[in-house]
Amino acid sequence: MADFLITTLELPAWLAWSITAMVAAVLILNVIAGGALVFIWAERKIAGRIQDRLGPTRTGGKFGWLQSLADGIKLLAKEDLMPDGADGMLFRIAPYVSFCASFCAFIAFPFAFDFIGQRLNVGVFFVIAVLGLEVFGVILAGYASASKWSLFGAMREAAQVVSYEVPLGMCVVVPVMLAGSMDLVTIAEKQGGWFTSWFLFHDPFTFVVFWIYVTCAIASVNRAPFDLAEAESELVAGFHTEYSGLRWSYFFMAEYGSMFLVSALAAILFMGGWNGPVPVASILGLSEGTSDTANYFVRLLGMINLLGKATLGVLAMMWIRWTLPRLRIDQVMATCLKYCTPLAAAMFLGAMLWQIALPGGLVPGLRRPAAEIREGWLPGPGGAARSVGEDAGTVVKVGA
Amino acid sequence: MAHLLDDDPRIIEFDVRTDEMLVNMGPQHPSTHGVLRLVLRTDGEVVSEVEPHIGYLHRCAEKIGENITHRQFIPYTDRMDYLAAMNMNLGWALAVEKLMKYQVSERARHLRVLIAELNRIASHLVGMGAYGLDLGTFSPFLYAFREREKILDLFEEACGARLTYSYITVGGLTADLPTGWLQRCESFLEQFEPIIQEYHALLTTNAIFVKRTANIGVMSRELAIDYGCSGPVLRGSGVDQDMRRDGEAIYTAMYEGYAFEVAVMKDGHYPRDHDYPAVPADAVLGDCWHRFFVRMLEVVQSMDLVRQAIDRYSACKGPLGDPVKLTEKMPAGDAYLETECPKGQMGFYIVSDGSAIPWRARARSSSFSNLAVTHELCRGCLIADVPAIVGSLDVVMGEIDR
Amino acid sequence: MRGPGFLEQLEAAVPGAVVGKNLEALDPWIEVAPERIADVCAWLARSSPVRFDSLQCVTAVDWCEPDPKKAAKVAWQPHTEMVYHLWSTPARASLVVKAKLPRWQADVPGQPPEIPTVCGVWRGANWHEREVYDLSGVWFTGHPDLRRILCPEDWEGFPLRKDYEMPLDYHGIRGR
Repeated sequence: MADFLITTLELPAWLAWSITAMVAAVLILNVIAGGALVFIWAERKIAGRIQDRLGPTRTGGKFGWLQSLADGIKLLAKEDLMPDGADGMLFRIAPYVSFCASFCAFIAFPFAFDFIGQRLNVGVFFVIAVLGLEVFGVILAGYASASKWSLFGAMREAAQVVSYEVPLGMCVVVPVMLAGSMDLVTIAEKQGGWFTSWFLFHDPFTFVVFWIYVTCAIASVNRAPFDLAEAESELVAGFHTEYSGLRWSYFFMAEYGSMFLVSALAAILFMGGWNGPVPVASILGLSEGTSDTANYFVRLLGMINLLGKATLGVLAMMWIRWTLPRLRIDQVMATCLKYCTPLAAAMFLGAMLWQIALPGGLVPGLRRPAAEIREGWLPGPGGAARSVGEDAGTVVKVGA
Repeated sequence: MAHLLDDDPRIIEFDVRTDEMLVNMGPQHPSTHGVLRLVLRTDGEVVSEVEPHIGYLHRCAEKIGENITHRQFIPYTDRMDYLAAMNMNLGWALAVEKLMKYQVSERARHLRVLIAELNRIASHLVGMGAYGLDLGTFSPFLYAFREREKILDLFEEACGARLTYSYITVGGLTADLPTGWLQRCESFLEQFEPIIQEYHALLTTNAIFVKRTANIGVMSRELAIDYGCSGPVLRGSGVDQDMRRDGEAIYTAMYEGYAFEVAVMKDGHYPRDHDYPAVPADAVLGDCWHRFFVRMLEVVQSMDLVRQAIDRYSACKGPLGDPVKLTEKMPAGDAYLETECPKGQMGFYIVSDGSAIPWRARARSSSFSNLAVTHELCRGCLIADVPAIVGSLDVVMGEIDR
Repeated sequence: MRGPGFLEQLEAAVPGAVVGKNLEALDPWIEVAPERIADVCAWLARSSPVRFDSLQCVTAVDWCEPDPKKAAKVAWQPHTEMVYHLWSTPARASLVVKAKLPRWQADVPGQPPEIPTVCGVWRGANWHEREVYDLSGVWFTGHPDLRRILCPEDWEGFPLRKDYEMPLDYHGIRGR
């Protein structure tokens, strides 16, 4: 797009890049905000159905589809309260820190082959690292609220999220190792074709790693049964006890944004990203590179595919939340330090040895390398597929 | 070597102590079952002391009782344990009847058993659901309320009220059952029976639930008896006592001919009158899990009693009998009677000077005694255990504060 | 256990404590001298053949007729009566222990009468005695933590006294 602005409209490079960045930012913001709206509605409906209720039924006509918007308007209209003893600046800044962390992680997140804000050759690293920053907002909120319950929530969050980063990181390293790249696009492209080439089914170790990843991901985004930071039966509402109105909704959006992100990351790392269980595009005879329209169509299909997988992940999290009781803080820590971390380390080692022993997989020929599928592929229009660094080019042939 | 280090003047011992924090849990707190206030003294997540503060729901019921007649007091008993109002009505009515030496008709007796046991199910359902809520799972609460609503529908048909019934009254009941009620009650029991397995799957046998409740808040039988605990709290500690079997003659006579086994662990197992999940390996007698489990068993036990009562009631062809007059005089004297309510032994003590208005009306609340033990159970537990322990006592503030 | 043999044992263990009895009442009771209540309860709970190991209820009954016209007709002298309901878990039996107290200590209105606490016998007595103190105004000597329990800490008077008058005003809230 920047190239288009520079070459066709003859805009100066700085302006062209700024506009491109802004467009990307607005798109991503809308994905998060729109996603949050949909997921909040879905959560209400799913919780309702799980609990033998109907959930919202009237707002917006049918199925209460406008419920989240109504909630949003209500939140906007609510008074923005701050406790007397609160640290004003930190109290106000905390929701933005949380939300920004959740939002920024989407910058390097590919929705399809070149539907990406900014492709980074260390994409996984960036996403995990930035997502980890969300905890700062929570700690600030808890600290600045001048409430003991908030402080408890923040301390729990700090302890929990920081410890779960360790096994989470180890789980993420396994697909990185298999793909030989930290670039999210490369990792997803490596799993092209049928679902048999997903890293989930690569070997028994990766299969186990996936479940450890799921556990750690739920814990690191504070969803039940690991929602200790806001455990409502113990800590009233945890770190956001004292928040109201729009500030509170930022925490909420951050939570849903992170939920979506970790599920989408799971889809990319273990479930082929935009490469479906069935290669629909190639079955339909739509191979990328035949025309711009076909390229665009294939990517759109890929994006729907990825969003679908990510949504499934989010729905699974909701299902878990409305079914299980909450763990206690020491049990959460024990789960992390005694089970998840050693298990993840062992699985990492196992996956590595498997790679050495059986590089072709159990059944040779079942898993075709992605490069084979992508034979004859040409870059997309307008130079949108920008390769950054060496490793991105190993799989994706970037043409002229 | 060690003594050298000890004497080294360069080593300064720091007495690193973090300050203890006083935290108010309640009276407005999601997990304190009403308006209970717990003051926690915590060091980080560890609770060193819990002090319950009660009285936020005090409505001077005993003082009111000194100014109205015995039958007029029935609606006030409703508002004590509002989750088991029928059992409260029954307790007061029997206490007055004991003082009056009044004998209700056979038909009224069976109807009382039927109604009281049905309310026990409803009360235990709330206790179970709310306990799930305390532990952070929301759905069982609504599953429990779904079934409770059906019981309330039945009560509404019988007496017109859904929460504060005033149905059982001194000298009998205010009205007989409407036609078709017994069939609807039977069909409710029919469809309710398999649902208990659902509760067992969601809570009793759930791994996280067991982790949160087993070996938490262990109460020895001596402690339970010393504090005057009663009901499922006492039986959860392995004390074989149920007022329906062990109480005074006027109360046990009501259950005469009924077959039931007290839900208590004896010789390492619970009575095997129905299918129930095995006790998990890490559960200790007297912990939160056992208190919860006794309640679950009593639901089944009460269902059985309701079925027996339906048979006996429909076999009874005699009249139901009318309740005593509102201003019926009581003989001078005093009477104390404890009945087995869902929460424990509810005692009513009446002192009469010979008029229809009690000289003194005293309610000995089971939740009051059960809650008094909290500070013993919560010593050295974690913050998350406090709702788990208080929830397992299943207290109702209306009954504690009266 | 409620027979004379039981009473003789009690008399031997705590001489002179039992001052009255009615074993034919609906709930058989014994009346003890108030200053001996803790000793009697300790014997009943620990040494008696039927161990009354649980205290179910503590009640204070205020015998006082505020209306002078009616007061002239009553047979009793104004007093406060303590009623302890005991329960034996092993024997599944109950016993009522009563004790008569003056309405006010040394007849000074507002000065609660005193009776030894039974907290040392049953730990569960703690809250029951606090409630009796709060509502009926009986001071339990030796109680570890005798405060109001149901009423606010700064409440005045003892509501379950027959001559209690509801205050006109409590922190700006109208009382009557």
